[in-house]
Amino acid sequence: MNFNVNSSFLYIIAVCVIIFVLAQSVFFLVRAYRRGKEIGMSPAKLRKTIFSTSIFTIAPAISILLGVVTLSKFLGIPLPWIRMSVIGALTYELPAAESAASALGVSMSETITDPAVYTTVAWVMTIGIIPSIILPPILMKKIKGGMLKVKSKDAKWGDIFMTSLFLGMISAFLGVVFAHVREGLAGFIPLFVLLVSAAIMGICGLLIKKFNLKWLETYALSISMVGALVFAVLITPVIVG
Amino acid sequence: MNNYLKKTDIYGKIWIWTAALVVIMVPVAVCVAYNAWPPITAVLKGLLGVAPMFWTVGVIEVITYTPMLGTGGTYLAFVTGNLTSIKAPAALNAMENLGVKADSEEGEVVSTIAIATSSIVTTLIILLGVCLLAVISPILNSPALQPAFDNILPALFGGLGVVYISKNWKLSIAPLVFMIVLFLLVPSLAGSVGVLVPVGIIITLAAGRFMYKKGWL
Repeated sequence: MNFNVNSSFLYIIAVCVIIFVLAQSVFFLVRAYRRGKEIGMSPAKLRKTIFSTSIFTIAPAISILLGVVTLSKFLGIPLPWIRMSVIGALTYELPAAESAASALGVSMSETITDPAVYTTVAWVMTIGIIPSIILPPILMKKIKGGMLKVKSKDAKWGDIFMTSLFLGMISAFLGVVFAHVREGLAGFIPLFVLLVSAAIMGICGLLIKKFNLKWLETYALSISMVGALVFAVLITPVIVG
Repeated sequence: MNNYLKKTDIYGKIWIWTAALVVIMVPVAVCVAYNAWPPITAVLKGLLGVAPMFWTVGVIEVITYTPMLGTGGTYLAFVTGNLTSIKAPAALNAMENLGVKADSEEGEVVSTIAIATSSIVTTLIILLGVCLLAVISPILNSPALQPAFDNILPALFGGLGVVYISKNWKLSIAPLVFMIVLFLLVPSLAGSVGVLVPVGIIITLAAGRFMYKKGWL
């Protein structure tokens, strides 16, 4: 078989992987939805969750698509498509491909023509993310048991413990926007974007409370995110010049 | 553990081990089909550049996200990926909107629904994008849109952060101040933000424990 980064064979593999991911997602979605109804949760609320999550996912998913496009110049479409659909993340796949390319001394600006180079990159990308897929089943029991222990000892502290997990993650991603502020005004752009997003969310929260706009809850995060992204597009050329 | 959670754990394990096999079979299939096995040294050299960092992040992510996402959500999110940019915020936002706790059965259900939905939508958007690549590639690569793609995380965490911080402002002060000072002093850490998530959690827990004992929470 002649090698080509966009061969039908590679597309067939990609489609099989995508079907697997979709099947797993649908399986868990249906089970959780049914269970929600069984334990007395309102089907309307569950459907609202599905709808609001779908809307919210669109913008970040497009940025992942951009990752596929970026890597496609080097690796063709199927491999980045697979990698971005299973376990992968934009922040991982690009450095992994870069690392493999530099180990082989090839440039990422040209499409791979040598199958050995292609398989090297594929293996590096795959082995690099393996812990993320084999550790959850191994550690699940221990982590869950630990959480249960904390909660059964002191329920209020259990709640604070849980909130601390969320806040610890959020604080890291909020703090990181300050990383470039010492580089001048352009370094403030992520901070401005974050503040605009927070402000829009705050306004949405006020509208929900003051005018009882319950429907807005569904869209608040999407609105604040898209509003802040539009702000980023408008403000960046003004600041960077 | 009730029957639903037990079964979720069993099904989750079956799916995730199958997924591990599927993921490994991809490069195996390519190697066999093209009879092109890579030089081991090149793979090891390539891995040396990413594995120490990403394996560490992988371990940290499993430990930190599992309690937040629940059993079903965890098994699904770790297979479908994009945890920090989509799955965890989607689950958090959904649980917050419905007012359910992450460690309750309602939280388990809502988190799984949110993660499954975002996985399906992401997969379909990438599928659509791949089909229409010739049309959308110039749009996605346009310099005018670049700032939007560069700022996805601040745009997402600004909105999400304000909700959590306004509800738990006392608990937020210590980790926020620490993270802001840290990134101001050592900007190069921006690339390792994933590793700093557990640091943020430890600081929040320490401050929380102190305030709880003092009766401030």
